[in-house]
Amino acid sequence: MPSLIDLTLEGRKVGQYGPWPRVAVDASVWTFAASELAHGRWSLLGLWGESATVHMAIMDGQTAEIAVVSLECPDRKFPSVGKHHPPALRLERTIHDLFGLSAESSPDARRWLDHNRWSVRFPLGGRIDALPNAAPYRFLAAEGDGLHQIAVGPVHAGIIEPGHFRFTASGETVVRLEQRLGYVHKGIDGLMTGASLARGVQLAGRTSGDSTVAYAYAFSRAAEVALDLAVPDRAVFLRALLAELERLANHLGDIGAICNDASFTLMHAHCGVLRESVLRAGGAAFGHRLMRDVVVPGGVSRDIGNGGAETIQAMLDNIRLRFPALVELYDNTASLQDRTVDTGTLTPPLARQYAAGGYIGRASGRAFDTRRTLAYPPYDSLRFDVPVLNEGDVNARVWIRVREVEQSLSLIDQILSRLPEGPTCKEVPLGGEVREGMAIVEGFRGDVLVWLRLRNGLIERCHIRDPSWFQWPLLEAVIENNIVADFPLCNKSFNCSYSGHDL
Amino acid sequence: MRKLLFESVFRQPLTEPAPSPDDAAVAELAAALGQAARRKLGRSLSIREVDAGSCNGCELEIHALNNAYYDVERFGLRFVASPRHADVLMVTGPVTKNMREALERTYHATPNPKWVVAVGDCARNGGCFAGSYAVVGGVSEVVPVDLHIPGCPPAPTAMLQGLLALLERADTGAATS
Ligand code: SF4
Repeated sequence: MPSLIDLTLEGRKVGQYGPWPRVAVDASVWTFAASELAHGRWSLLGLWGESATVHMAIMDGQTAEIAVVSLECPDRKFPSVGKHHPPALRLERTIHDLFGLSAESSPDARRWLDHNRWSVRFPLGGRIDALPNAAPYRFLAAEGDGLHQIAVGPVHAGIIEPGHFRFTASGETVVRLEQRLGYVHKGIDGLMTGASLARGVQLAGRTSGDSTVAYAYAFSRAAEVALDLAVPDRAVFLRALLAELERLANHLGDIGAICNDASFTLMHAHCGVLRESVLRAGGAAFGHRLMRDVVVPGGVSRDIGNGGAETIQAMLDNIRLRFPALVELYDNTASLQDRTVDTGTLTPPLARQYAAGGYIGRASGRAFDTRRTLAYPPYDSLRFDVPVLNEGDVNARVWIRVREVEQSLSLIDQILSRLPEGPTCKEVPLGGEVREGMAIVEGFRGDVLVWLRLRNGLIERCHIRDPSWFQWPLLEAVIENNIVADFPLCNKSFNCSYSGHDL
Repeated sequence: MRKLLFESVFRQPLTEPAPSPDDAAVAELAAALGQAARRKLGRSLSIREVDAGSCNGCELEIHALNNAYYDVERFGLRFVASPRHADVLMVTGPVTKNMREALERTYHATPNPKWVVAVGDCARNGGCFAGSYAVVGGVSEVVPVDLHIPGCPPAPTAMLQGLLALLERADTGAATS
């Protein structure tokens, strides 16, 4: 069995040799990589385009080696990866919508982000006029006696992001769910092109509001790899502090919200209070409740404010005091467990196939956490566990979050007690003519990947990949054979990002 | 569970803690809001939230309005599930081209009189997404806006202030009909 290193030796190295190599390969190596993905030896981390090139980031699950392979496609076609490995399908459809490069013999050539509303096709590629009348979107068929369809969205009944869900049900039982996303596509990849790093990080931090720290973190690290820039120690620790606060706030909010979808509002109320206490502490320490625009290339834009550390510590103490009773309440409420146990089960093989990140993967036996697997500083010097369960149901996803709350509390303690003194930001050099970098950071929802190429200090191409790309399709799978009324529970326990996915 | 419930009964309500200046301001704001809503619209003001392209940051803070600290329901401010039940549309995001029609249809499904509140910097003019091929721009490009609440995202207190301002304005007859 060839290793990823062997594969990269086949190709021609390009770009900066960052933490991971990028190599230009020919179509046969590209297809070989796709078949290795299909055999489960490697995992797909990302697949994205440029005007006449496609790139694929791959990880060897055994060794955590990562490489990017790139294929030139002068005739605007490339061999489909999705044909062998379904997790690539939506990414290929996106490459087609944005750049006009088509995946040859792909089993699904429908549009994905392009709803024929932009008045232009292939906005980042050849740019041609949109079709006057596009054909309606063809949902996949589900046939059989007594099946009916339920169409939901894009505007939902709650305060949530827009997307369309097409359920086919037999009575109460869902036999197929098909998602249609792209409603909040803002063209972020396009806006990045030609932008300065300062604007780039601002956009990155607004890709998915609940992960603003994670995105700015990944973007900044990618830029720093490209520019060979080491950030000051204090900034390294402050970034992790911000990331853990973000994780804490989101997990607390979600644990409550999942219970709320089982009509157990008491948990929601209490978890909401704890979440608010994290946001207030973040606001007191860093001047913004969501801690937006704090992580920037070179370090952090502001140091922890006066009394900030004490406020955070008090918040931790309060959560330590109150959270265990809530966990006990969750654990001891049969009516709640009745809804979460055995509901929306994601099997470990499927989680592996899609390289599902975050609590979704970890609740289905996939022990992948970039903080541990890729051990970037300061996590390489901090103590924490990566909780893993195999059940893969809503309940398991709740428990992973509970354990991660506990881990984050401990991590924040460690960070505060070891916070080095010194500067918090370094001047960002302009760099050489062309520079490339890639970074993967563990957001609360999973691995956020950023790849970028700079030319004379400006962004020539930046690709951002939300973990949801590989989680959304799994939600379609887990809802099968569950009742329609359990969809909110499944959905909330996944909590995939719309904006991060639609970009 | 019983223990927790009992504790909740005896614990001071979170909405009225020993007043730090911040919390006192929230309580005061919320009380003013409640009175204004009652004076102008009877007992309640129903709000339908529409994400027309947001990054979701604005939604997170709108959610916070419902938590036990802000608890806007105690003043008759309710988030409702359908535009047909709503007096106010709270719209976020740089309206994306893919969401434009859905926003228009939601607006038309809302009975008169109605008010539109654009929440967040994106909702004013597209914010940092302005100029993208995929974005229309501010909410007012698509539906008439009565009030804009700035911020990225605006904090819950800023939203309470905004709603109060809206009710004051509604009195002067500035409602869209
Ligand atoms: S105003 Fe800020 S928080 Fe709100 S949608 Fe825009 S970028 Fe997100």
